This record gives sequence, C-alpha cells and structure tokens, in this order.
Amino acid sequence: MLEIKNITKSFGDRTIINKLSLTVKDGEILSIVGPSGAGKTTLLRCITGLEQVDSGDFLVDGQPFDPYTNRSNDSVIGVVFQNFELFPHLTVLQNITLAPTMVLKQSEAAAKAEANKLLARLNLGDHGDQYPYQLSGGQQQRVAIARALAMKPNVLCYDEPTSALDPNLRQEVEKLILSLKADGMTQIVVSHDLTFAENIADEMLHVEPNQSK
Amino acid sequence: MHYISEILPSLLSGAGMTLQIFLWTLIGSLPLGLILSLGLISKIKPLQWLINFYVWLMRGTPLLLQLIFVFYGLPLIGIVFPRYEAALFAFILNYAAYFAEIFRGGLQSIDNGQYESARVLRLSYGQTIRKIVIPQVVKIVIPSVGNEVINLIKDSSLVYVIGIGDLLRAGNVATARDVTLVPLVLVAVLYLLLTAVTTFVLRRIEKRYSYWK
Ligand SMILES: Nc1ncnc2c1ncn2[C@@H]1O[C@H](COP(=O)(O)OP(=O)(O)OP(=O)(O)O)[C@@H](O)[C@H]1O
Ligand SMILES: [Mg+2]
Repeated sequence: MLEIKNITKSFGDRTIINKLSLTVKDGEILSIVGPSGAGKTTLLRCITGLEQVDSGDFLVDGQPFDPYTNRSNDSVIGVVFQNFELFPHLTVLQNITLAPTMVLKQSEAAAKAEANKLLARLNLGDHGDQYPYQLSGGQQQRVAIARALAMKPNVLCYDEPTSALDPNLRQEVEKLILSLKADGMTQIVVSHDLTFAENIADEMLHVEPNQSK
Repeated sequence: MHYISEILPSLLSGAGMTLQIFLWTLIGSLPLGLILSLGLISKIKPLQWLINFYVWLMRGTPLLLQLIFVFYGLPLIGIVFPRYEAALFAFILNYAAYFAEIFRGGLQSIDNGQYESARVLRLSYGQTIRKIVIPQVVKIVIPSVGNEVINLIKDSSLVYVIGIGDLLRAGNVATARDVTLVPLVLVAVLYLLLTAVTTFVLRRIEKRYSYWK
C-alpha cells in the first residue's frame, strides 16, 4: 500500500500541489485526472522521486520513505514515461536487462530469462533483438512497461499512457493495464482522458489547478 | 625514381614522427577532453568557470604560440621540457580544449528524459554516464571529432618550429639541400595518404555506430 500525506510542491513562489493526500491499495489502480496544468505530471514526478516535495510524507506498507533520496531496491516505484524514454542504442532485451544486471546484480542469464518472460507476457516475443526505432509506438510502450516491471516495482506509474499512441490503441492499453492488475500490480495512471481513466480505475483522484498561485 | 628512393627513408622517418605526435596527442587529449566536458556540464559553478576559461584560452590563441610558449617561454621561468615532450604537452592541452567543447555539445544534446529514465531504474551517475550517455554521445560527436582528427594530422607540422624532425621538416631539408620540388611533392602525397587512411578509419567507426537511430 502506498500512502501519501499532505504533500506540497512549489516551483518558486507558485504552489502546484497543495497539501494533497492519497492512498493506493495493493493491486488497485488509481487514476489521476484533471485539466492541463493542474499538476498531474508534477505529482507523478514527486511520487517517482524525480522532484523533491517541500513537505509531506510518503509511506509504503506503513514504512516512511522519501522517493527523492530513496536508493533501496525494496521500495521501487516504476515509471512509464509519456514518451517512453527507451535507450535508443540498446536492443529491446538490453533495455530490459540493463538495470536488473547493473543494479539488482542479477546474472546476465537470469536477467535475460526474466526479460524474455516479460516480453512473451507483453506480446513482444519476437522483438528482443530489435532496436527501439524499429518498433511501433505501442510496442515501444510495452517495452517501457517491461523495463519497469523487470525491477519488480511495488507500484507502476504511467504519465498519459494513451497520449503518444494512435487513438485506436486506447483499448489495448486499457486491457494491458487491467491484465497487469489481474497479476496483482499496483498502478497509478495519470490521464486527461476521462473515459479511459474511469474504465481502469478503482479510485479516481481529480486534481485542479491550485487557485492560490 | 632513383632520387625518390634516396630521400624516401628520411621522409618516412619524418612521417613516423608525425604519426607518433598524432597518436599520442589523441591518446592524451580525447580522455582529457571527456573529463573536462563532464566538468563543463557539472553544476559546480567554479569548476565550470575554470574550464570555460581554459577552453577560451586554448582556442583563443594560436597553437603555434602555445608551442613556442611551452618550449621557448617556460624555460625562462625554470620549467624546461625536452622538444618532443614540449610538443606533446602543448598539443594535448590544445586539442583537449577542442574535444571538451565538442563533447559538451554532445552531452547537452542527450535528452534529460534519458537521465531520468536511468534514475528511476536506480542506475548510479557513473553507470548512467558509462552505459547510457557516452554511447549516445560518441555517435553524435564522431563527425566533429573526425574533423579535428584530420586537422591534427596537418597541425602536427607546426612542431617544425621547435625543431622536431617531422615529415614537413624532412621534406623542407631535402628541398633546400637538393634544390628540387620533388621532396615537397612527396611530402604532400604522404600527408594525403595519412588523411586518406584516417578518413577511411573514421568512416568505418561511423558505420559501426549506425546500427541504431
Ligand atoms: N520544473 C518546473 N519549473 C517551474 N514550473 C513548473 C515545472 N514543472 C511544471 N511546472 C508548472 O507546474 C504546473 C503543472 O504542470 P504539470 O506538468 O504537472 O501539469 P499537468 O497536469 O501534467 O498538465 P498536462 O495535462 O498538460 O500534462 C504548470 O503550470 C507548469 O508550468
Ligand atoms: Mg502532464
């Protein structure tokens, strides 16, 4: 379970997130929706430790942790970026095995076996030796998901998972996220596509642009 | 023909010296340039400032002046370098400045998303630089580095001024002694050969990096 209590984040004198709290239960999906500029990406960046909050607490399974400084491999929060940010010079397989081998110190063989399982699971079985530029947007996104999952995260976060894709793929993404939920994955999904967000959500969080800025 | 075979050994030994200076300068200045460029993009202001000054100094004054300064100037304040070492010292410092600027440009063209994606995968700074950043920078900078490398072959003839027996000097000596153009033409041919081989090698390296986009 991920609990966030009273977090506040400002850029200069503009407060973007003001005393926000949320809870995501294990295996559930939290959808974060709101208009452009409301601070959805900023919130996600705070949760994933890419921005430092000014105040507030984070708890994973009741244990406090600071995503910004946390380097332990136990409370990992995985991220699927809006434009995926795959490593262009590495093959699909290398993209997935890099962190498990270098950070989790898995053996090359073990990491590869694990990666191949993930690829098969995400319908990417034949693409392990290709480079990101050789893949479609939807395939790239699934590689990004596989890469994040290989680190065995407690929570997997997505920023606008439908925005960089063909609208026809929206349902594919829905299915994929729900199937990961069926496997027990806890997920946070930022979107401004309300229907999409409602279809997948166990809980919804509406964020509004902060008035006080 | 007979004359050519007579002067060729001395020209070739001059070409050997040119090659030595060329290779040692590359071996010294490429890594040094890389280290300097990491300083240029670091957040430590005084360091940035210092390296910027260094680059400005090295690129803003003629290499010929720097050579003369090291070999004829420094002894006046008690720092004496033998000829060959003086030449390498000046060339390495000078070329490192050019390479630092090229690498800085390459480093800055790597999208911040690549660093963030490495960060959420828990890669350390060193791992990120080695595994993610440098391979991508290398591909970007190969053409500009290649230009400098070709320049270096020709610039190496500047060592003539501090009395090192390189290719140019060998040709010049023969021309003055035998009052014929042949040695100078041969010198030109040898330089052309050196640059042709180097260009070929650079193309091969470029090709090796063309497997991804
Ligand atoms: N690094 C930053 N420095 C200063 N201001 C920032 C920074 N990042 C975001 N902001 C500001 O914070 C506000 C919220 O931005 P954010 O990207 O979180 O919105 P969003 O809800 O994700 O919008 P969108 O739906 O368009 O993606 C914006 O007004 C933006 O200008
Ligand atoms: Mg956003």
